[in-house]
Amino acid sequence: MDSSLDGCDVELRELQRLEGHTDRVWSLSWAPPLAGSPPMLASCSGDKSVRIWQQTPSGVWDCKAVLDETHTRTVRSCAWSPSGKMLATASFDATTAIWERVGSDFDCVATLEGHENEVKSVAWSASGMLLATCGRDKSVWIWEVQPGNEFECVSVLQGHTQDVKMVQWHPSADVLVSVSYDNSIKVWAEDGDSDDWHCIQTLGESCCGHSSTVWALSFNSTGDRMVTCSDDLTLKIWDTSDNPSQTSSGRCGSWKHLCTLSGYHDRTVFSVHWSSTGIIASGAADDAIRLFIENKDSSIDGPSYKLLLKKEKAHDMDVNSVQWNPKEPELLASASDDGTIKIWRLSGISS
Amino acid sequence: MTLGLINANPIVHAKRERVARATVEDFNAEDAVDALGDPEHPYSLEQLSVLSEESITVDEKLGRILITFTPTVQHCSMATVIGLCLRVKLIQCFPPHYKVDINVSPGSHANEESVNKQLNDKERVAAALENPNLRQLVDECLYSNEL
Repeated sequence: MDSSLDGCDVELRELQRLEGHTDRVWSLSWAPPLAGSPPMLASCSGDKSVRIWQQTPSGVWDCKAVLDETHTRTVRSCAWSPSGKMLATASFDATTAIWERVGSDFDCVATLEGHENEVKSVAWSASGMLLATCGRDKSVWIWEVQPGNEFECVSVLQGHTQDVKMVQWHPSADVLVSVSYDNSIKVWAEDGDSDDWHCIQTLGESCCGHSSTVWALSFNSTGDRMVTCSDDLTLKIWDTSDNPSQTSSGRCGSWKHLCTLSGYHDRTVFSVHWSSTGIIASGAADDAIRLFIENKDSSIDGPSYKLLLKKEKAHDMDVNSVQWNPKEPELLASASDDGTIKIWRLSGISS
Repeated sequence: MTLGLINANPIVHAKRERVARATVEDFNAEDAVDALGDPEHPYSLEQLSVLSEESITVDEKLGRILITFTPTVQHCSMATVIGLCLRVKLIQCFPPHYKVDINVSPGSHANEESVNKQLNDKERVAAALENPNLRQLVDECLYSNEL
């Protein structure tokens, strides 16, 4: 049973368990909604494959495609382009593959090489014109999307002192955020004059940041807040409303720590995702999914967030990824070390 | 791989006599790691005092295992390999939902914090086990034991 708070009838109900992967599932990506096309989800796994799942007219989820002949090692991350026509997949085999959707088929149209070893995350910018990758070689690469499925590396960003776990773009601006095993969060932007990319802010422990590996980040829909999750068992909420390139009087730059959600998790938090309606989901190594919302009642000491629901034993093993559907904000997908993906429906939230 | 021995003259302790265990429930982490060989010596980790009976705590109710091992020398670069071997062995011996935490014992390693962090980062563990050289080393330590 859900341990829901406030006596509300909030429920996270399992709709379906998707089976097919033969190893842990690392990451998920919902395809942007296309007119007339049912929801679609990509998943990637330690079994070296990517699976594409789609809802049938009867509402059941089916595996539509298995992309398994390109990567030679774990596929760690996958991301749909904003148009929904391309899928990027990042692998421990040091490459990032670009897949083009042609009808119901997927063709590998490009392979991005350059990282020395494991690529751990890939993300498209809001415009779809830029792609970012990061990996164990401590670097972040920015690629420009050019006509004819050409991808040109425009910048290799050094700055992290350990492997980089995840990259994500701001939902509207060309600002990139990376999080790392070195416990820090870095913000990158382009210098207007020289077209060069720079680290414009580092949110480390001395700026109320994390005290262990930062595994993931997510922006809210408007991009004025960001949430990060860590091996230090906390989530942190950041105010990202100021232009990050602006010089700030404070030592830590223009993006500021708002609050820390501690005492909820007792093992590593691997994934965090902010829904379009403002609900933060977390997936952790204690097999549970938790949902948080802003606590509007008490804002004396600034914004705070409270636990809305904890789904114990959401999976049999670690929860590696949680992702809200962009079009139907009550739909949540989760992926686990147990090799399965689950689709959940959240109900009982009065909006 | 041509690795020089990191600890060429380890102190070797006698193997403990063990009473045969009766039930499946009694099969525990000690037995599992007992059988492990050292990556660079033909002795078990117990003989080298890398592990002792006190090294392992199993909480069957919560499904958690905590292992604390003592590398033979302070700067032992095999510590991460030993940790990997322990993890693989425990994964093979326990139901998959068990959570395994592996640490070097306090003060036993020059880079204690970084070794512990690496041993418990599952992404780095997964990547290491896909590395053919490391995988071979781990397999050797798992299967070439029990003299």
